[in-house]
Amino acid sequence: MSLQLENISLSVEGQRHIHATSLTLEKSTMNVLLGPTLSGKTSLMRLMAGLDMPTTGRILWNGKDVTKTRVQDRDIAMVYQQFINYPSMSVYENIASPLRIMKKSQAEVDKAVKKSADLMKLGPFLHRKPLELSGGQQQRCALARALVKESGLVLLDEPLANLDYKLREELRAEIPKIFAESGAIFVYATTEPEEALLLGGNTATLHQGTITQFNKTNQVYHQPQDTITAKTFSNPPMNFLKLTKVGANITLGGDKAHVNTVSNNSNFDKGSANRQELTAADSFKHLPDGDYIAGFRSNHLELHRHNPQSIAFTTTLDITEITGSETFLHMNYDNDHWVGLVHGVHDLALGEKLEVFLDPSHIYTFGLDGNIVASASYAKGI
Amino acid sequence: MAKITLSNLAHSYSKTPASPSDFALKTIDHVWEDGSAYALLGPSGCGKSTLLNIISGLLAPSQGQVLFDDNDVTNASTSERNIAQVFQFPVVYDTMTVRQNLAFPLKNRKLGAAYIDARVTDVANMIGMQDFLNDKASGLTADAKQKISLGRGIVREDVNAILFDEPLTVIDPQMKWELRTQLKALHQQLGHTMIYVTHDQTEALTFADKVVVMSEGEVVQVGTPTELFERPAHTFVGFFIGSPGMNVLPATVVGNKAMIGNHQIQLDLSYEQLSGTIEVGIRPEYIKLSNEPSGLAIKIHRIEDVGHHKIVRASHAFDDQSIEINVIVKEGIEILDDMQYLVFEREKINIYADKWLQDGKVAI
Repeated sequence: MSLQLENISLSVEGQRHIHATSLTLEKSTMNVLLGPTLSGKTSLMRLMAGLDMPTTGRILWNGKDVTKTRVQDRDIAMVYQQFINYPSMSVYENIASPLRIMKKSQAEVDKAVKKSADLMKLGPFLHRKPLELSGGQQQRCALARALVKESGLVLLDEPLANLDYKLREELRAEIPKIFAESGAIFVYATTEPEEALLLGGNTATLHQGTITQFNKTNQVYHQPQDTITAKTFSNPPMNFLKLTKVGANITLGGDKAHVNTVSNNSNFDKGSANRQELTAADSFKHLPDGDYIAGFRSNHLELHRHNPQSIAFTTTLDITEITGSETFLHMNYDNDHWVGLVHGVHDLALGEKLEVFLDPSHIYTFGLDGNIVASASYAKGI
Repeated sequence: MAKITLSNLAHSYSKTPASPSDFALKTIDHVWEDGSAYALLGPSGCGKSTLLNIISGLLAPSQGQVLFDDNDVTNASTSERNIAQVFQFPVVYDTMTVRQNLAFPLKNRKLGAAYIDARVTDVANMIGMQDFLNDKASGLTADAKQKISLGRGIVREDVNAILFDEPLTVIDPQMKWELRTQLKALHQQLGHTMIYVTHDQTEALTFADKVVVMSEGEVVQVGTPTELFERPAHTFVGFFIGSPGMNVLPATVVGNKAMIGNHQIQLDLSYEQLSGTIEVGIRPEYIKLSNEPSGLAIKIHRIEDVGHHKIVRASHAFDDQSIEINVIVKEGIEILDDMQYLVFEREKINIYADKWLQDGKVAI
């Protein structure tokens, strides 16, 4: 089983919605489409489903051209962000509906509905109407209906976006299990990096109608190919600053932090946070001289120096946000907005100077064109 | 600005409520202090919107009183209460410019043109829309429209309170950052009494000085973010705050010893004569994986890597039962094959009887 997109593009009224894209999805894989609203996730799914015709290119299903095959003649199921159920039918009949259209025998329907309902924990509610269920159960009902006909391609378009986060947490943990049992090709659209990581499998990051990277989810997260992918796959967004290399010297953020690539001794200039000499991380050694963009994720900024090689930045703390177990720090560094994510709840003075630390092994180096030059060294083995 | 007092307040949508379950809002006594930022946090159906609608005057309670300072406003209309509201979806006039939208509530109050002009400019600066004042609202993105709704909510300086009903629902995650940050800054600048209703823990804990957590029509805890995290008053709070929430494990407790399955855990405090269903609450953050057989024996089922930490799904089996336990392991810490045991941080253990937090005594 495979789904192949060959040079698919979509233009509507002269506007490019999807740029020429080629993508092959294999049997028994979870494939996440990750990107912000309007990045093309839904457009791409509608093309995969056959709900829209591509402007150029072909779609192959098991090697056979299905570009012009109607959606109802394809082997697919789709779940949308809005829970769509038939309000007048019982949960049982909602789940059974695709099988009724396929004219399955009552015995087959019964068996498949029970199996699918059990998987979605809807067993006790089969006689109810969808509106008598909670939001989470309504979406489970829609999911159960999508799974019941055992389609080869299951398209899930932000299926958890309208749920309370606790329900989202619960269903997020269940979806990989359902998927593991099914053997189908799953395509799952989301705006949330954490959801992509939890689902695992493969991830395609989308930006303005273009797939910027497609690979194993872990790989894309740890080794983004460009700043756009890195931004798309970081929430809060990745922090960036200028990096300049001249000979053995690396300067971060203009003149602010300083990394020496040859010195073996860690040598901190405590008097000024803005000039620091420290041992280079491997990733910088082979960089040609020039200007670059350094990027690092918010969770790699620390309030304490855990590694003697860490670089100190003096920032101004604008706002702190608390998630329960973690605190987000919104900082101003040299007129750039940075976000840090630290464990625990911290009582820090707003508007005051705050020193934060960054281990150089967590720095990704990008060219001025945004393409990766050197991945962060901590991520190399992942 | 005003202090808002809820006195013996309750509401049932049924005309003849017979049992406690007929009440969407169970009896509540609460004072919202003047100038504080509150969040009303809970899952859908917990009664938080019912409570907000009673405060705003959209709904008359079946029992009790609402006081603004010392005035009984229980039967006063929304406009008489002089409050501002921001809703889930942007409410803007598409045909008007951003400036006209922001000026609208002030014009309605017949304030002077010079004042309106200055105030609109101030508010536009606060919400970061100063460069778009002359643009038509119709062409703006959902984010920008919701910013204007926020701006309209705060434009009047004389309101008694500002109520926010899930104001960031329609906003993209990347954009939520910006608006959440602005909202908190706005409260610090304005000093109005603000009540922010949400089901999102981050929004609630970030925005509020005090968070009011509701479950099944009942206020289960009012506390600071730290209190809710460290000392959840009810197992629901432990479960609801944190991702994943607190582990709530069936146990027996005698004195300063807890039994989970067949495993004994030493407690810092001593608990005498507990009755009801006893549970041990311990957050996934406060459990360490270990290879020491003195810990609680577990089997790991799944490890979810969310980048900055891993969530370990494990279970402890005893007799013919099994208890599921989540553990959070920070990035950079390796999970080895022989890590088949759990060690709890002792001072972080909470003890619950019939779901409510119990106070222990220092063991002698």
